Amino acid sequence: MPENDNIAVDIQNVTKMYGAFTALKDVNLDIRDNEFFTLLGPSGCGKTTLLRSIAGFEDITKGAIVLYGQNIANLLPNQRPVNTVFQQYALFPHMNVTQNVMFGLLRLGQDKATAKARVGEVLELVQLTAFADRMPSQLSGGQQQRVALARALAPSPKVLLLDEPLSALDLKLRQAVRLELQQIQQQTGITFVFVTHDQEEALTMSDRIAVIEGGQVQQVGSAREIYEAPKNKFVADFIGETNLLDVNVTDLAGGKGSCILPSGAQITCPAADGAHAGPGHLSVRPERIAITTAGGGLVQGNASRHIYLGTDVHVEVTLTDGEKVTVRMQNSTQIQIPEVGQAVGLEFEADAARLLVD
Amino acid sequence: MAAGPQPTPNSNTSTYAGFGIPLILPAWVIIGFFLVVPVCVMLIYSFLTKEFRGGVIWEFSLAAYDQFFFDRGLFGDEAPKIEWTYISIFWRSIWQAAVATVFCLIIGFPTAWFIATRTGRNRSIWLFLITIPYWVNLLIRTISMKFLIRDNGPMNELMLSSGLISEPIHIINTNLAVQLGLFYSYLPFMVLPIYAAVERYNFALSEAAADLYASRYVTLTQIILPAVKPGIIAGCILVFVPSLGAFLAPDLLGGAKNFMIGSLIEEQFKGAAGNWPFGAAASMILLSMVLVVLTLYARQQTREQG
Repeated sequence: MPENDNIAVDIQNVTKMYGAFTALKDVNLDIRDNEFFTLLGPSGCGKTTLLRSIAGFEDITKGAIVLYGQNIANLLPNQRPVNTVFQQYALFPHMNVTQNVMFGLLRLGQDKATAKARVGEVLELVQLTAFADRMPSQLSGGQQQRVALARALAPSPKVLLLDEPLSALDLKLRQAVRLELQQIQQQTGITFVFVTHDQEEALTMSDRIAVIEGGQVQQVGSAREIYEAPKNKFVADFIGETNLLDVNVTDLAGGKGSCILPSGAQITCPAADGAHAGPGHLSVRPERIAITTAGGGLVQGNASRHIYLGTDVHVEVTLTDGEKVTVRMQNSTQIQIPEVGQAVGLEFEADAARLLVD
Repeated sequence: MAAGPQPTPNSNTSTYAGFGIPLILPAWVIIGFFLVVPVCVMLIYSFLTKEFRGGVIWEFSLAAYDQFFFDRGLFGDEAPKIEWTYISIFWRSIWQAAVATVFCLIIGFPTAWFIATRTGRNRSIWLFLITIPYWVNLLIRTISMKFLIRDNGPMNELMLSSGLISEPIHIINTNLAVQLGLFYSYLPFMVLPIYAAVERYNFALSEAAADLYASRYVTLTQIILPAVKPGIIAGCILVFVPSLGAFLAPDLLGGAKNFMIGSLIEEQFKGAAGNWPFGAAASMILLSMVLVVLTLYARQQTREQG
């Protein structure tokens, strides 16, 4: 078997059943060395099960999990050279910060002095040096989160698993910690596998993202690939916001498809793999649609609602066939936002739209 | 899986705090009257002079305590020597209660763990099963136990006929019988507090320990036991303290040789041979021993939390 050196975790045909329920269905993923890799999906999609399978907390029903060439699927959690940052941190409540961080090092057989020095290093990395003697109950949520991170980083794992570590933090803190996590990942060179249901988190932090739904990987790619070239309707809808127009596909050639819009207009635009002639979906992002005068553009309708977002305004347009389309407009004095009830035409470039399969 | 809102333990306190005194008053009255008054009576009686055929003479005397600790000969005119009779009864009681507590802990901890790790309805069923023995009076249960463990009782018969043993095991009227009786009587007092502690235990801590390379043994001793320690200590106190003063099990299962404090005290208040001040003194000595243990525990707790 040709060994690929830069694969950190190779998930091979992993299936996980809970009784009759299939949590993971034949999942295949390559997570590269030194990568910030995110498992993204709605709750219940199987992303946490997959992370826990890598950690060893779940026994997979079928398949292999290969960590740097070694199949770890049958090892106990304490035999796997990976560490986890838990969602609710799971700090040992009867140990202070230093003891928490030192726990893994001592289990690995390090002597106290060596371990202590390492604890100092990681506490500095997460900027908690001043809190070394505090008990977890004396720390804020953000500080506890850092202790959890330090504790998992201390044994220098080959892969660090993070299970929605930011979900318990408030928004401001979450944004700050995102940046820090990214810096720490780059500084340490450890492969991060990050689980989240927050697409913004995924898009801003990750080198690559796997979008998971229904226990299956829907798409793997960089943030840009997933946002701009979603493979299917689920990915387009889950990542960011999109408008899905029902269209009739007439012709497919060279990765492009021609289709007829509900208004009767015809366009030729990029098509996802697997698109076929017949009824399909055309995905257009709200920020890629422009509003023109009534009767113009590709489709027509009436502005039916404004949703004020601060920097932007979402204008909901009800098309003549009753479908609703959201248009994102900048909240600026130069831009005329149509009044509710006003008839408008909608226009978008063919390349900004994408034909999708279900 | 989403993070729940942070608990705000005091959010409702002020709304209901106004009811405070009336809420606690009935408990105060009952405890004040039926606990504090009898203890005071016992304390006073222990310093009075004994009346033959029961009762006391209202005359101050240290005779009861003197009798407990010192031997002054048959006529009370010899130089005082330490009286070992009662001290050794106390010592044996402490030993029996301690063994029963250890039995209860060894059996009770896995039981509590098992129940706490069941889900939903199963858990309630198991908890319910634990309480079933309490539907039958302790006296009746202890007598049936006596019947079961007799030399020619069902337990020995069963083991003999199955070839497990070749002659009956003599248990009745031994220390072991007393320990078994205490263990059986007080096991639920060990199970329930440990159950409550395990139920609150965050199992993610065990996962975190395993994730940080801890073996199962290390996880148990360094993570789980410290986390459920309050439940274990509460269980040990709830078993040890009543075991120390128990008189049913020692009386019925232990026979005359295996006399414990409870029986000693009981005897002082029974019939014409009784000695009320002496019984009261023995009770006070028992009470102060228990208080010393509890105080040490409370002090330990505050030190850990402080």
